Amino acid sequence: MVLLIPERLNRRGRLEHPEPGAPKRPTIVALLLACAVLLVLDQTGPALTPVRRLLGEVYGPLESATSTVARPVTSVPEWFHTQGALRERIGGLESDNAALRQRVASAGFDRNKLAEYEGLTAAAQDIGYAVVPARVVAYGASQSFSRTVTIDAGSTAGIEPDMTVLNASGLVGRVLRVTRSTATVLLIADADSVVGGRVGDSMEVGFVHGAGVLGGSGRLDLELLDQSVVPAKGDTVVTWGSSKGAPYVAGVPIGVVDSVYSSVRDSTQHARITPMVDFTSLDVVGVAVPSGTKSDRAVIDADGELK
Amino acid sequence: MTPARLALTAALISLAVVLQASVFDAFAWHGIVPDLALLVVVGAALVRGGEFGMVTGFAAGLVLDLAPPADHLAGRWALALLVVGYVAGRVRQDARPGTAPTATTVMATVAACSFVGSSIYALTGIVLRDPAVGVGELLQVIAISMVWDVLLAPLVLPAVMAAFRRLEPAR
Repeated sequence: MVLLIPERLNRRGRLEHPEPGAPKRPTIVALLLACAVLLVLDQTGPALTPVRRLLGEVYGPLESATSTVARPVTSVPEWFHTQGALRERIGGLESDNAALRQRVASAGFDRNKLAEYEGLTAAAQDIGYAVVPARVVAYGASQSFSRTVTIDAGSTAGIEPDMTVLNASGLVGRVLRVTRSTATVLLIADADSVVGGRVGDSMEVGFVHGAGVLGGSGRLDLELLDQSVVPAKGDTVVTWGSSKGAPYVAGVPIGVVDSVYSSVRDSTQHARITPMVDFTSLDVVGVAVPSGTKSDRAVIDADGELK
Repeated sequence: MTPARLALTAALISLAVVLQASVFDAFAWHGIVPDLALLVVVGAALVRGGEFGMVTGFAAGLVLDLAPPADHLAGRWALALLVVGYVAGRVRQDARPGTAPTATTVMATVAACSFVGSSIYALTGIVLRDPAVGVGELLQVIAISMVWDVLLAPLVLPAVMAAFRRLEPAR
């Protein structure tokens, strides 16, 4: 505590003059209290939402502009691929190609089957979601231990909290809060994220938890509700959806089952999921909005047309 | 606190936070980016002392806590950078009066402050259970961000310190 008191007695018992610029005790106490108040306010309720929104209105456009200006520079790391990585990539693409060729050969039958199901689904329920395109302009740092990104579309683009964010590969996350021109998105890889998931092949439901890791080893964890069902490796997991499509619309692919393990401690069945989306290189994403939403930009409508 | 100094501090903090979120994410190492805001706080405290360092740290932390895409509990970075300002201020106070801190001192301060700042942030997370992460991952993140900060310090700190010094020459 002595460290905190700049005016201490010296050896002769006289008051030492504090160093100019040294912190005074009232300042220290006031600032520490301010931190405590902030923590308590944010922990207990939504008191700080307006402040977050205000700072978002200021910093969101700044982040968008900086990201746009810096795009030629930030894309530089993509140029440097090692020869090994490129070879590996060619190998992967060749095997993909072969698999796709095979699938094309049997596509006719599948397409007919699919058309039937599509008809059934469409008759039963018209989901009708349109997608607002947006770009990722800022990443939350790993030092903060929460996996969030900022996208450059906000309330004027028709985006509201608790909307589903996806990209061409699959589910990305959900909108946490919006400002006029930007929105903060919680990635499904965040340790706090829980998504209702359904194993496509067996229709079994479960909860997909994020692991808090974005990079190569970033796997998601599927906790199945039915202990007796074992999903097969390679099964696709899709969102199970909630009423009115908030926070997640149904049927968006989340990932592929990688391995299955059961937890002895709480006797539950888990599966490790490889996400469809590469979270480290997110760029163009889409936000699912109800069909007919007013937006400041072109919206990809449910039938695939630009409006 | 003159208006010019206030404006300069606000501009530096904003610049650091925006660059950290929008530009350095492309060069992130395991998702970890250099803590530019922390470097600004260290620079401010080394030039102007602990009092100013602590206030700058609190302000920078507040922006990190509230500006998008932040989603953790507000006040965590504010507390961490506040302590960073205090520690860096102590270094200036303990140096011989009237002399600028040597390069070695500055680098050691950056390393220590980076360690202290990240650790406090991580510890508040553990205490408040605002995402709970394993100690292994935590140590890895702290170590990598320390390396980043030490690497970037020679490029960033001289400019920051010169800016603070030029604005208000030593008494």
